[in-house]
Order: sequence, then C-alpha cells, then structure tokens
Amino acid sequence: MTIHDITPTRRAFLAGAGLVIGVAIAPRFLSAASTGIPAGGSGELKAMNAFVKIGPDDTVTVLSKHIEFGQGPFTGLATLVAEELDADWSQMRAVHSPTDNKVYANLSFGLQGTGGSSSIANAYEQMRKAGATARAMLVAAAAEEWNVPAAEITVEKGRIKHAGSGKESGFGAFADKAARQVAPADPKLKDPKDFVLIGTELPKLDTQGKTDGTAVFTLDIMPEGLLTAVVAHPKHFGAIVKSFDDGNARKVRGVVDIKLVPQGVAVYADNTFSALKGRDALTIEWDLSKAETRSSEELTVEYVRHFDEPGLEATNTGNVDEALRQQGLQTVEAQIVFPFLAHAPMEPLDAVFIKAADGSVDIYNGAQFPGFDQQVAAKILALDEEKVRVNTQLAGGSFGRKAQFGSPYMQEAASVYAAIGGDRPLKHMWTREDDIRGGFYRPMYAHKMRGAIDATGQITAWEQIIVGQSIMAKADLDSTSVEGASNLPYKIPNLKVISHNITLPIPPLWWRSVGHTHTGFAVETFVDELLTRVGRDPVEGRLALIDASSRHAGVLRKAAEMSNWGVTPPEGRARGVAVVESFGSFVSQVAEISVGSDGAPRVHKVWCAVDCGVAVNPNIIKAQMEGGIGYGLGAVLFDAITLGKGGKITQSNFHDYRSIRINEMPDVVVEIIKSAEKPTGVGEPGVPPIGPAVANAWRKLTGAPVRQLPIVSVISS
Amino acid sequence: MVTFTLNGEQRTFDGDPDTPLLWVIRDFEKLTGTKYGCGVAQCGACTVHLDGMPRRSCITPIAMIDGSDVVTIEGISGKEAEAVQAAWKGLDVPQCGYCQSGQIMSAVALLQILPKPTDDEIDGAMAGNLCRCATYHRIRAAIHNAAKSMEG
Repeated sequence: MTIHDITPTRRAFLAGAGLVIGVAIAPRFLSAASTGIPAGGSGELKAMNAFVKIGPDDTVTVLSKHIEFGQGPFTGLATLVAEELDADWSQMRAVHSPTDNKVYANLSFGLQGTGGSSSIANAYEQMRKAGATARAMLVAAAAEEWNVPAAEITVEKGRIKHAGSGKESGFGAFADKAARQVAPADPKLKDPKDFVLIGTELPKLDTQGKTDGTAVFTLDIMPEGLLTAVVAHPKHFGAIVKSFDDGNARKVRGVVDIKLVPQGVAVYADNTFSALKGRDALTIEWDLSKAETRSSEELTVEYVRHFDEPGLEATNTGNVDEALRQQGLQTVEAQIVFPFLAHAPMEPLDAVFIKAADGSVDIYNGAQFPGFDQQVAAKILALDEEKVRVNTQLAGGSFGRKAQFGSPYMQEAASVYAAIGGDRPLKHMWTREDDIRGGFYRPMYAHKMRGAIDATGQITAWEQIIVGQSIMAKADLDSTSVEGASNLPYKIPNLKVISHNITLPIPPLWWRSVGHTHTGFAVETFVDELLTRVGRDPVEGRLALIDASSRHAGVLRKAAEMSNWGVTPPEGRARGVAVVESFGSFVSQVAEISVGSDGAPRVHKVWCAVDCGVAVNPNIIKAQMEGGIGYGLGAVLFDAITLGKGGKITQSNFHDYRSIRINEMPDVVVEIIKSAEKPTGVGEPGVPPIGPAVANAWRKLTGAPVRQLPIVSVISS
Repeated sequence: MVTFTLNGEQRTFDGDPDTPLLWVIRDFEKLTGTKYGCGVAQCGACTVHLDGMPRRSCITPIAMIDGSDVVTIEGISGKEAEAVQAAWKGLDVPQCGYCQSGQIMSAVALLQILPKPTDDEIDGAMAGNLCRCATYHRIRAAIHNAAKSMEG
C-alpha cells in the first residue's frame, strides 16, 4: 500500500452534507434484528455531514469509517465528534459508515480501510471538524429560529442556550433546520486546554451489546431462507482439487447442493450442521503438483542458506566488516528463527449475501478494506460496483487477518455465492480448522545477527540479515520486512541491515504489529545480550545509546521507574526489559518471570509505559496495551504453524495452536506518558516489546538465550 | 423428537439428533448470543447453562439433552448474572466482544457455586474460555468486583 497523506478536500468532506447517507435499506423480507443493520439513534436521522447524524430524540450518531473489532474506534471517533460538538456523552451513538473509498477514506491510505493502528491518528482532525461543523450548523439554525445573533449562543453538554432570551433546546429540535444550513468551510477547533471529553475515560459505546448477547456479528445475520455454505480446503498450500466424490455428502439431511469452486469443494445446506456434516462426507483427491511439500525444518535449512548470499541492502552506514574485526571487543553472533503465525481471531471469516429485488446484492461482513471487498465481489458476481453494497459489521477480532489486498477471502465467499446462483440468501463461513490452516500467516523469518561492543558499552558494529517472505509481494526491498531494524533507535556507527525475499506458495500477511513482531524481538534481545556481555545494566545501557530527550528514553525510564528496576526481584524470579517504537507510538515493558512447573516461562507481572501522543481515551489505551501484551505473549510462548513431512499443515484448532489462557495472563500495569504530540495508534504497539522482555528475563534466569520461537519449542526439544 | 426448555420456554427439535445444541440454539431458535469459535470445546465461546451447569454447546448433541433445562446469555437472570454484567460494564471488559457471552456464562456459573472465588478458583473456572483479545486481566478483576457487589 502506498501510504501517503492526503488532505481531505472540502468537497470530499462535504459530500455527505444534506444527504441522508443511508445504511443499506434492508430487503423487505428481513427484520432489522436479523440483518444486523446497526441501529444508531431512533427516528429519522438528519445528516449534518458524512459523519454526523442527529435524531429527533437528541441522539448523535457517528458514522465510523473504521471497523470496530475491539480496538475502540466507535468510542474514539465519537469522542472526537462529541468534543467539538459540545455534546453530552450519553447522547452519542456509533455505527459503521457505508462503503465509499473517497468519502470514508483512511487519510493515511487514500482509500477506506482500517489498519496500521491509524484510526485515531488519521481521523483526529477530520472527526473534530465533523463535530465542529455540525455544532456551527445547529447554532446557525437556533439563531435563525430564535432570531438572535449566533455569536451569543452557547452549547454545553448537548444543550443549545441563549442567555439573553433564556431560550434553551436540545439538538433534536433543530436537526432538520441545521441539516439545511451551509456548512462552514473551516470551523474553528478547540484549543486542547479546553477539552472536556478528550483525555477522559468515557465508557465504551459498544460494551452494552457485548455483555448481554445482543451485539450482532456477521455470523449472527440470519435472513429467512438462508443457505449456509462451507468449503472443503486442502491441507497443503497450493493444492487443487483433482477429483471428488460427493455421493455420501448429498445424502446428508439438509444438504442442498455441492459445487466445485476455485478454492475447493463447496457444500450448501439449510443449516450449519448439515453443511459441516456434508463436508465431512466428501471424498476429495488433491493435486499436489504445485503444492508446497517441504516441511518447516526443510524450509529453515533453505532460509539459513540465504545468510551467505548477497541480499537487498536496507541500511549500510560505516563499515561493519572492518568494525567487527577490531581487537579488544566483545562480539556476539546469533541466529533466531521465527515460525509462521495464524491470527486466529475468535470469529472465523464469514460473509452473508442477500440479493435485492432489483438484482443488486448486499454483503454483510467484517470488512477491513470494504472497497476491495466491493470490487472483488462485483467482478465475481458480474455486477456493476454500485450494485454491490458492502455493509461492514462488528467482527470478532482480526489482528490483521481481514486486511487483504485483492480480498482473497471475499473471492472465495463470492465464488461460492456465484456458483449456486438463485435468490436464496447465503452465509459463507470458515470453521476454526479453515482458519488455522488457511494461510495468510505472519511469515516465517530467520535473522542472523553479528555485533561488537566495547568495554564502555558502546556498540561499535551491528549486522542483521533478515530472511523471509515479502508481505507486500515485492521483488525489491520490502520495508515491512526490516522496519524496526533498518531504523534502529540505537546510535551505532557501523550498521548494516540486509533483507532476503523468499517466495513460497504459503500466502503471507501482516499480523498485529507487522515487521515489529520479529524485528522487535531480534533487536531487543540482541542489544540486551550485547550490553550484559560487558556488564552494562539493560536500562542504563540502552539509555546511553539513545538521546535522553527522546520519547524512546521517556517510556524506558517510566517503565523502569514503575517496576522499581534495580530492586532485586524475589528469589527464583528475573526481570527483562524492552522498548519498541511502532506505528509512531513508543512502548516499553518490564516483565517479571519465573520457571513454571512445566519448565516454561511463567510471566507474573508486566509494567508497561506508552507514549502515543494525546491520549484520547486512556482506558482504551490501557486495554489495548493489556490485550497486546496477552496476544504477543501467547504467540511467543506457545504458537507456531508448522508444516510436517510432505508439507501438510500440522495444526488444526486451538488444541494444537495454543492461545494464552486466563491462568497464563500476567498482572499488567500501564502508565501513559502525558503528551501534546499528535495522537498515534495503540492497537498494535503493545505487542512487540513483550516477547523480548520475557526472553531477556529468561536469559537472565536460566542463562539460555531464546534463539527459536515459540519458547516452548526450545524447552521441549 | 427432543424436548427441552430454552430460557424457560418449552421447545422441541425433530431434526438430525447429532446436531450440536449450539446449532439448534443459533440456526433453529435464532438466538445468536451464543457463539461458534472452535467446534471442539477448546474455546468456550459456545458456553450455556445446562441444568444449571456451564456446558460447551458445540459438542453437546441435541439428543443428549432431552428433558433438560438450557439457559443462554439471552435468558440469564438472578443476582449473579446482574452482578457479573454490571461488573463487565464497569470495567469495559469486552474488546471485540465475540467470546464475551461465553465468558459471562462461565463467570455467572462460577459465582453461583463460589460467591467469593480466589484467583486460583477463577483460573480453574475460566481457563476453558479463550479470549484472543486477551481481556483476561479485566475478566479477573470484574469477577472479583461482581463478588464484592453481591456481599451484604
């Protein structure tokens, strides 16, 4: 993706003004409850602009251009609007916006999409402007109605007031009149010192429905006459169907039809269980001629072989080879191998297709790049794009999984829908096995590190060779393979970072924090090892290699202070530290661990300091740090997707692709650095430091550096 | 024909007797708060109460529950349920929210048996419920808060 800043043009911003931006209108035979169409406020909502609607009941409905799958954009974007609108938090609602790559573009991407921890960062001014615009239109409407100067009108906590005349109103009474006002081109935004909502721990807007079972996810959409379809997929990457026998499957009660699709064999049924039972009854012969048939061990050998070959230069300053040859230095060499990782969001991939009377199609799915989904589905369904409406739904997690160029999941779902034809609505769903074996993993990587450090703790040379698939499918240097290493935060005079792109039939994808999932681990364990080799303290030693006034140093000092770094931990425990910048946010974590009864690290407590600029909602920021730590820790301790002998995927479900459980979750304390910098994201930056912090503590405790992940794979071998 | 009560109402099912309770609840009864996450009792997203005990509905064939009493997230009531749901809201526990019905069903069952659980007892009762967002830290705190709110 070309990530470039696009200033929102006034035209794009105002494109929705005066229009009723419709969430798709439900086909006649559907009840609202069964479609999952978000409710927002009640009554006829009046659009102030593309992002803000006001209802007769005074509710303010914010149209979120970003999907809500746990990181809090509904609440965050609504906070930004409410702040400038001077609304009361109790009147705020949020729904997903319709699909429109222009009006609802992520201003960091240039098209609609959620990812890269960019929601608050890209929408910070845009949403405040949307709120300020709506406020000005309400004030203008009130001034006209009350026949008083607009400048004398005040708005506070959702009440419009004119002190002189004693007149007062809520928003709803003026919604219609306000919607017909001319939107101000450049509304004045508040000085941050006057914020009353931004920076406070407002309760999340989506919590109620997520505690009483009423929140609707794609899987919950059940229009009348629904067909459910599942696809039998191969257990080898790159395999295709050679032949299949569906005789037994067709005998399963409830099975309606069976079709060959490009991704496998699709089974259609009247209910989910019949579809699953039908799929189990298929006999399929797979053609493995183009499949990956090497095992993970064989792939590792292939990866490591690249260390000695010329690669793509990401960074080369000074002269690393010469510096490594200097006498009187401590040198360290390390090879670290990272496995494939599945995202395993709780809700496996799914989509619902409903044909309208005019032949157009509504798609309901957890759309992370809704514009891509629309384009792909339109092509496969042979419809004009405007005849395909993608209705973004709450999704049960993603962690990167649903953000895909060319929407390969939607290609499968739409192919399944197209193959059966007819007018019945269709739900296509993946099972957990489809998800674990479905590819689009965090790629496997191998790092080779060489470093030299002098007696004073100055690292004089650092070479890092990174071998793995290019997530962006590049032939030349892919910045996502080397981010965090090529721009190493430490001052090292001789630095070389080399990248090798590997091509495999296993599709790669970004996984929560992208390149930092491996570069953060490699860099932060290696610098720790170098520093301790010459007796330097890991915190003091790092601080000596970075600017004292940097945000890196700020979070590192804060995490050290929070954890009383330097105080000896209880007997049998050790502490490790790491600091990583990702997506413009800075996070440092200290982990305290012991050796658990199973011989694996037992993580007791994590102290986490985060600097993400202006903290829009501190409670959500803390929640994302807690969640990022749990997500990253589970992967580092337990997780790997491996290919067995012959290339068959070994894992299939949560019993062999482990997830961290409550009894393995450490106590977490989070502090946020007070900052006036522009806000940056928090969905991903909590992940990278936890792995190296735990590995550094493990090395201190046991003397064994972690050279292969997950950690349990080394302990049991 | 299988007869059972669902959230206090008598229901019957005459489809495939192998059909797991999960899919009867969702596809036939159209109650969608109970979720599919793994199908093999590894994640707990499908947790319901069967005759008052937490049960993974994804591996429970409907034929096995003839005459039983099933309660889902839509039907829970009583002081433990109220305390748990209030505590969940108080700490804004959910992130994506998909696993939370199952978490809450397990937490309510725990408090019905042990009104004041220790951390170890919480681990024992809740370790079967996965949360990929890793909201565990808040789940633990919310269960303690719920227990406190039920005192006196």
